[in-house]
Amino acid sequence: MSFSVTEPNKGTKWFAGVLVVGYALITIAPLLWIIATGFKSPADSISYPPKVVFDPTLEGYVNLFTDRTRATADMLEAEGEPQTWYERIVREQGTVIIGPSRYGERFLNSIIIGFGSTALCMVLGTAAAYAFSRFRVPLKDDLLFFILSTRMMPPIAVAIPIFLMFRNLGLNDTHLGMILLYTAVNLSLSVWLLKGFIDEIPVEYEEAALIDGYTRFQAFYKVVLPQAATGIASTAIFCLIFAWNEYAFAVLLTSGTAQTAPPLHPDDHRRGR
Amino acid sequence: MAQIRIENVRKEFGAFTAVQSSTFTIEDGEFFMLLGPSGCGKTTTLRMMAGLELPTSGQIYIDGEEVGQKPASQRDIAFVFQMFALYPHMNVRGNISYPLKSQRMKASEVKKKVDEVAEILGITDILDRPVGGLSGGDRQRVALGRAIVRDPKAFFMDEPLGALDAEFREHMSEELRALHDRMGATTVYVTHDQLEAMQMGDKIVVMNHGVVEQFGVPQDIYDWPATKFVAQFIGSPPMNFLDFNGMIGIGGTEVRVNDVVMPVPRSIEGANGPITFGVRPEHVKLEDSAPYRGRVIATEYLGTTQIVTFDTPNGLLKARVASHEVVNTGQSIGLRFDPRTITLFDAEKGGALRSEANEGVLNHG
Repeated sequence: MSFSVTEPNKGTKWFAGVLVVGYALITIAPLLWIIATGFKSPADSISYPPKVVFDPTLEGYVNLFTDRTRATADMLEAEGEPQTWYERIVREQGTVIIGPSRYGERFLNSIIIGFGSTALCMVLGTAAAYAFSRFRVPLKDDLLFFILSTRMMPPIAVAIPIFLMFRNLGLNDTHLGMILLYTAVNLSLSVWLLKGFIDEIPVEYEEAALIDGYTRFQAFYKVVLPQAATGIASTAIFCLIFAWNEYAFAVLLTSGTAQTAPPLHPDDHRRGR
Repeated sequence: MAQIRIENVRKEFGAFTAVQSSTFTIEDGEFFMLLGPSGCGKTTTLRMMAGLELPTSGQIYIDGEEVGQKPASQRDIAFVFQMFALYPHMNVRGNISYPLKSQRMKASEVKKKVDEVAEILGITDILDRPVGGLSGGDRQRVALGRAIVRDPKAFFMDEPLGALDAEFREHMSEELRALHDRMGATTVYVTHDQLEAMQMGDKIVVMNHGVVEQFGVPQDIYDWPATKFVAQFIGSPPMNFLDFNGMIGIGGTEVRVNDVVMPVPRSIEGANGPITFGVRPEHVKLEDSAPYRGRVIATEYLGTTQIVTFDTPNGLLKARVASHEVVNTGQSIGLRFDPRTITLFDAEKGGALRSEANEGVLNHG
């Protein structure tokens, strides 16, 4: 008996198509909802039942990037007619723009702290992982377990001591402090992940490079690093996502200069903006 | 091009001793085999010569210079790994030129050298291919190219044919030997395959449990094994051992095995007690008049010869005889041993008793 691949009949195709589209919708729906919320007015975005059909507005974005104040009729009179589209949007709420918001600098802080800690984490993590993978380190297993054990409680559980330590060291509300903190939290993850990736690279490649006249360090960055590149990239993404999204420490330890973007949003909500 | 001298080299990994005080010399231009079962320390010895492991004690001389504690990059040697270890992120040309780039050679010169080597190895047409898709043989050639491209003092090869299939291995071993003869460079080659060692080597070191058991040319090692281990490890089937209690004095020319007098080479080392009588299968003759007898328990036909297994009062014995001789299972046949080929061993210590025949060979130790 022979088997042949037959063309499925029309009904089957339709059924499969509906399943696929349905699944895609379920997956995409939350993303679409987030995007849609971005174009809702503050009232629409928290209305219940939720509004599926709404008047799209850029109000949310204007609010994000500007600081505004409620104005009296006299003040509005003095201001004159709004000149630009965003001035018109805030005028409809009875407010006037008094300047740009701090969002831009917060976003920049997020970039500095997120990428800074990720870079530091990668440099230290790769070095440690390489050493653990290749050399006879005394008490290697105990050290590795110790590194892993730093993940065994939520970092925020030690928030108070860290807060006091930061205050005494003058690291409160500094970029350096946040970079060090996120690096410390992420390092165990990156050491373990990277060690796995480096373990997979046969040691013969480095030995071949040593024989070919390269030093141990040259062998490391010319032969090991290129092959560990995908592993390093995926580890870096994990570290970056954590540092980027971290909220609790950012609220606790930063207030002005080094505040990242996440603490700003609830702050704005609290002030009714 | 260099002589390599190993003196009292020892390597310990924690409590485990991988190599115990080895001493031997590899002459300039030799194709030298390090032979032994897995775990015997042959690869560790090679890696110490290359500088990939540092010896716990002892000296290694390459071209007269003591390099024991120097890193591999300063020894000017080439290494061919069992799995070839071609850099996966470079193409063939990149791999072969990599050792030259570390010497900061000019790009035009590098290209010339690589083309030259590719010509020698017949891989000119694959120079721009990535190494990922290459066949085993081509990988082997690229690995060799990377080794020979900068004319190192010596080549070290760690079972370079181990990753190839049997059919191709034969071909590559000939190619390797031809390449060596053409380049004339000192080559140290690690293998566990005694046939490969006999076929290709100018000289062989046989190692076991971290100890150099014997060192010499293949024929000497085959004919006059220094220990029972060497006698068993080399040859297929291996040397026969007949264990008996007896004695031989200095100058003695015969031993009594179960009241049968067996002539042996003139002894220059006496022994009294358990002795092992060693004879290679091809030196056993079937003769009905011989007083020492065995009962045939099996025959294996091998084409031009056959291997006949006998049960004797001193244990099993295999003889390699012409395949036209008619031998029947269960038959009792007289066995005569060629007296010029016999080696006696101290049955307990395993070392060969010195005789006039093997004296010169055993000196290497």
